Amino acid sequence: MNNLLTVITFTPLIAALITMFFIRGEEAATARNIKFLALVATGATFVISLFLILGFEPSADGFQFVEEYTWLFGLQYKMGVDGISVLFIVLTTFLMPITVLACWKVEHRIKEFMVSFLVLETFMIGVFCSLDLVLFYFFFEAGLIPMFLIIGIWGGERKLYATFKFFLYTLLGSILMLIAMVYMWVDAGTTDIEVLLTHEFSYLPLSLLGWDIVGGIQSLLWLAFFSSFAVKLPMWPFHTWLPDAHVEAPTGGSVILAAILLKMGGYGFLRFSLPMFPVASEVFSDFVIWLSVIAIIYTSLVAMMQEDIKKLIAYSSVAHMGFVTIGIFSFTHQGLEGAIFQMLSHGLISGALFLCVGVVYDQIHTRKIADYGGLVIRMPVYALGFMFFTLANVGLPGTSGFVGEFLTLAGIFQVNTWAAFFAATGVILSAAYALWVFRRVVLGDLVKASLASVVDLSSREKLVFAPLIIMTLLLGVYPSLVTDITGPAVMELKNHVLASLPN
Amino acid sequence: MFPGDLTTILPELVLASYGLAALIWAVFSKTPRTGTALIWLTSFFLVGLSLWIGLATTGTKEAFGGAFVDDGFSRFAKVVIVLSSAVVLLLSQDYLERERILKFEFPVLVVFAVLGMMIMVSAHGLMVLYMGIELQSLSLYVLAAFHRNYSKSTEAGLKYFVLGALSSGLLLYGASLTYGFSGTTLMSGISEAIANDDTSVGLLFGLAFLIVGLAFKVSAAPFHMWAPDVYEGAPTPVTLFLATAPKVAAMVLFARLLREAFGPIASDWQVIIGGIAFVSMFLGSIAAIGQVDIKRLMAYSSIAHMGYALMGIAAGTEQGFQAMLLYMVIYTVMNVGTFAFILSMRKGGRPVSDIYSLGLYSRQSPVKAFSLLLLLFSLAGIVPLVGFFAKLYVFLAVIDVGMYWLALGGAIASVIGAYYYLRLVYFMYFGEAGEDLDDTMPRISMITLVISGALVIVGVANLFGIIDITQAATGMLFN
Repeated sequence: MNNLLTVITFTPLIAALITMFFIRGEEAATARNIKFLALVATGATFVISLFLILGFEPSADGFQFVEEYTWLFGLQYKMGVDGISVLFIVLTTFLMPITVLACWKVEHRIKEFMVSFLVLETFMIGVFCSLDLVLFYFFFEAGLIPMFLIIGIWGGERKLYATFKFFLYTLLGSILMLIAMVYMWVDAGTTDIEVLLTHEFSYLPLSLLGWDIVGGIQSLLWLAFFSSFAVKLPMWPFHTWLPDAHVEAPTGGSVILAAILLKMGGYGFLRFSLPMFPVASEVFSDFVIWLSVIAIIYTSLVAMMQEDIKKLIAYSSVAHMGFVTIGIFSFTHQGLEGAIFQMLSHGLISGALFLCVGVVYDQIHTRKIADYGGLVIRMPVYALGFMFFTLANVGLPGTSGFVGEFLTLAGIFQVNTWAAFFAATGVILSAAYALWVFRRVVLGDLVKASLASVVDLSSREKLVFAPLIIMTLLLGVYPSLVTDITGPAVMELKNHVLASLPN
Repeated sequence: MFPGDLTTILPELVLASYGLAALIWAVFSKTPRTGTALIWLTSFFLVGLSLWIGLATTGTKEAFGGAFVDDGFSRFAKVVIVLSSAVVLLLSQDYLERERILKFEFPVLVVFAVLGMMIMVSAHGLMVLYMGIELQSLSLYVLAAFHRNYSKSTEAGLKYFVLGALSSGLLLYGASLTYGFSGTTLMSGISEAIANDDTSVGLLFGLAFLIVGLAFKVSAAPFHMWAPDVYEGAPTPVTLFLATAPKVAAMVLFARLLREAFGPIASDWQVIIGGIAFVSMFLGSIAAIGQVDIKRLMAYSSIAHMGYALMGIAAGTEQGFQAMLLYMVIYTVMNVGTFAFILSMRKGGRPVSDIYSLGLYSRQSPVKAFSLLLLLFSLAGIVPLVGFFAKLYVFLAVIDVGMYWLALGGAIASVIGAYYYLRLVYFMYFGEAGEDLDDTMPRISMITLVISGALVIVGVANLFGIIDITQAATGMLFN
């Protein structure tokens, strides 16, 4: 089992290659074969990734399942997981078969569609298990290409604008990170993340073009990484690509974008910014916390006024990511733990919400809230599912959303009461917009003629939602499932950061 | 002349004899398809020559009192130049035939251009340097005007000639200043003269003029003006040729001149080269955005790429030169692949080059479109393709010597540049469907396209060991 991570990472890629080169023939049969192959491949990846969880030893120090081979000059192919990354891998593999199943109805260029998703899965898993800077960057940015195609080919009317904005915006962020990475490579003489985690980057104050920079080199490196992760996460005010991308992306694309791609930003903060530049993180922590507070309140208000359901969920994602950054930069155990939990939980919930939108969008092809109303009359099961995820999004106790928000707020409360106060109002605002949109879309009388023929969830769609509901509930009532795994790693991270701060 | 000198330049001698023999044979030949035959023959000859250069000789040998050198650095460049020229010849045959300009002079001119380039990369004195450049340039001027009944092509040839002559003049002026102030034309002698006494202003002027002349040849901004017009007007096979081998030759010559002749005053030229690189990257990236002609677009793209390659030279270190060599190899592969596609863009039998004609090409032939997609993303320097590693190593080289501004500029320019490559992908994959391109891509173009597409993705495994070879090649220059 030495190569478990490699197997998990590259199984989808192999399936993609098979799809690309070996599945041909009559059109209907090909489409069916492609879908089944994609489903089997992503399902198999998920099953294999369960071995990862089973074999993972939370209390052990450092990285596990490490594989290391030399790669190009000065680089290595090094994979490994710790308590912070392992669950993101499982989240990815868990959501992929669901997404494939949810996209069963896609007809248009199905081959390219599934190939893009499978390739994307490889890149996403790779991000979470790379232990080499350049390898990480490799996977981190490579995901842009399939996503560019997914939005560009299968997107809505303004797909062109959305996909170019998505691509160039995130590329600009990550290329600055690349420069910082190369600097770290030169400075530390290696790209091995495990070594870099213990390498101390200089934080002596320096002055640049007449500006005095507190935290010196660390601050500059931190900012370069921040430019990438803040765009990816996204944080206010770097979030503007997200609503466009979400709205124009096809359902499957939105799910992956919200559920996994955004998490790469948060993961990046935990893996790089905090442990590698602790002094700079401390310097900038107030800045990040207040940006997050603004994000929570501002984007919640913006979400309330949206007329497009997908846009509303997109803004709500930005607000929820605000809790993640607040938790991370509180430097407390609860905050960090809560941030990871919030990311996992948001992965399930926001993914599910986009799937909910997808179900009705497939039938009447509109995303306008005003075009809906009274769906509960013809779609009772759907209404129930939508309500469940709406409430989970609000953070109802008993769902996973509650645990994440509670932990991050508990974390920030210990260090910054005012920030905690303002962030907590975001919880109320999220209830306001979520319940309001639920009322407008699902409740009320069914008066729109176009809705007269909608039908309730098919058994395939029920199969899509069932695992998400189960996991959301399970994590809500038994959060130790997650915290047992992340706990020791988070503790180690926190201690490392606090120990690295000069006093 | 000494027998030792002749054995050192044996590959060049053989190539020159081949070129002359081919010319004589073709003139007296009565068979109608001399051109085609000669193209194939020359390609195979060049492949054999590159194998011979690459495998047979080792070590460093000097000839003609040190004016000509045969070392790892030059051999590496020669292999790249000769091999890529062979591929270019094979690719051009179909295009030339369709345009009815397949004359036997074409392969012969390519042979002489290649000979010039081989002399350039081996030049170790200013005289040999100039000789190589002129032999190469004169052949290229004629090639650019090869489609002589087509006004754009003759215009391209004329423009190229006038501007090229100007740059040669500047280069000569620089060379004479350098000679005047150092008393020698040998690179080793110049570097000794610089090391012995303080740098004189005259030498610096000589250096500046030499740099300007060479920047012209690699089409680096702000000396790039000829490139877009010549690229657009010249017959497409010639454009491909211009975009690959001569760039490699000029870049290698550039590196050698700066290192071997002006090594002791590296800090003086590093900033100049860095500045040229910076301007080229931005100008190439920004100016390409508005282009609708794919050949013009590739001209600007090559200006930007020369900027990145020059970054490696600007670093002035072994690592930098190595990164430059790697960059040029990857650049050549990507360009050959992309042009293999451009060469076969036709509608109703006529060659087209506007980017709108790509409309939904992915529907028409998914495999070729996908290969082109890989090449374009690689040109943009996006992971997971080898174009990224080319950029990564030049970034590494300049950051290593503390030229952060250059790395940062390169990074930002690459984001701007990504836009126009993405635009091509956009036309292919989700643009407006238009009239389809002709489905007449010759097999050899298709094979080249697909293979180079595969190379840029499979190459990420270990870059086919090229890094080690460039390391060995550059090592010889620095020891």
